[in-house]
Amino acid sequence: MIASLTLILLAQLAGEAGARGLGLPVPGPVIGMALLLGFLALRDGGPPLFARLLPRPLSDGTLEATGKGLLANLSLMFVPAGAGIVGRLDVVQAQGLKLGLVILASTAAALAVTVLVFVGVRRLLGSGER
Amino acid sequence: MNGDFALWVYLSRTPLLWLTVTLAAYLVADRISAATGRHPVANPVLIAIAITGSVLALTQTPYPTYFAGAQFVHFLLGPATVALALPLYEHRATVLRAFVPMLAALAAGCTAALVTAIGLARLLGIPEAVIVSLSPKSVTSGVAMGISEALGGDPTLTAVLVMTTGIVGAILVTPLMDLLRIRDMRARGFAAGLAAHGVGTARAFQVSEVAGTFAGIAMGLNAFLTAIVVPLALHLLSR
Repeated sequence: MIASLTLILLAQLAGEAGARGLGLPVPGPVIGMALLLGFLALRDGGPPLFARLLPRPLSDGTLEATGKGLLANLSLMFVPAGAGIVGRLDVVQAQGLKLGLVILASTAAALAVTVLVFVGVRRLLGSGER
Repeated sequence: MNGDFALWVYLSRTPLLWLTVTLAAYLVADRISAATGRHPVANPVLIAIAITGSVLALTQTPYPTYFAGAQFVHFLLGPATVALALPLYEHRATVLRAFVPMLAALAAGCTAALVTAIGLARLLGIPEAVIVSLSPKSVTSGVAMGISEALGGDPTLTAVLVMTTGIVGAILVTPLMDLLRIRDMRARGFAAGLAAHGVGTARAFQVSEVAGTFAGIAMGLNAFLTAIVVPLALHLLSR
């Protein structure tokens, strides 16, 4: 697990450094995600020597289990920021009800339009159910 | 000073207490969510925030004190974003096959989120400064706050609106998709991530790993596209 976490943190660190250093408008962790994707492709499709030099947990499924463990508890990670927002609800002030209404309608519209266009284009291309 | 109070004063200042409160609130929220069969209204993010927020209000704990403990959990958002690469890699064939529908849905969904938010807000007479803060509501909070600040909005207000949108989207997505009779988990997940960023993605992972994967992609792509399109949308829809 330590090897897996180290790899994930290394990818994030490289991502943050890249984003800051090059002044990219993309968040560091997103670049980190791309880097990890590149690592996985290299591990499975690159030279066998590369795969053999890696610590075992990075190729025996531990990395996958660690990452999925993080993602399974993604809800938890929004709690600290969310709890801060409870104390700042005053910024919404007099517009609260209207803003709530706009968010409700606009989010429903965004969900519906996205899913209908996705399914519509998929059918148009005839790329099947799965 | 009485002994119990001295103990409280000591504990309330260590990261241990607030980290424990955050994890315990989440465990309770997750149990409630599981007990309802993952019913969309019993959203674990919403319940855990309500519990934690109530504890903070009752104990009159300043947010910085709370965050000193909770930051360890908050920190994990970055590694979790990096970890999105794992399901994405595993389902890469499915993702590549859905490439064109994804791009079309991204363009349409991003436009719909912006046009309906800005249009409705104008219709209801919401002040211009608030509309600027509202417009990036579907985007992950770090990026949304950046967009809002750059355009003269209030980043704190944006954070509140973004979190509200995430929770609303996570609650709406399942009943709305059932109503529309959409069974394709790729499409459902993609919509959740586009409209409700990370909170929608967390909900999608609750439902299925494929849905979660597509939600993660949508969240990333929409952050990128919205950052480019918001200034244009505000300009085009201005009175």
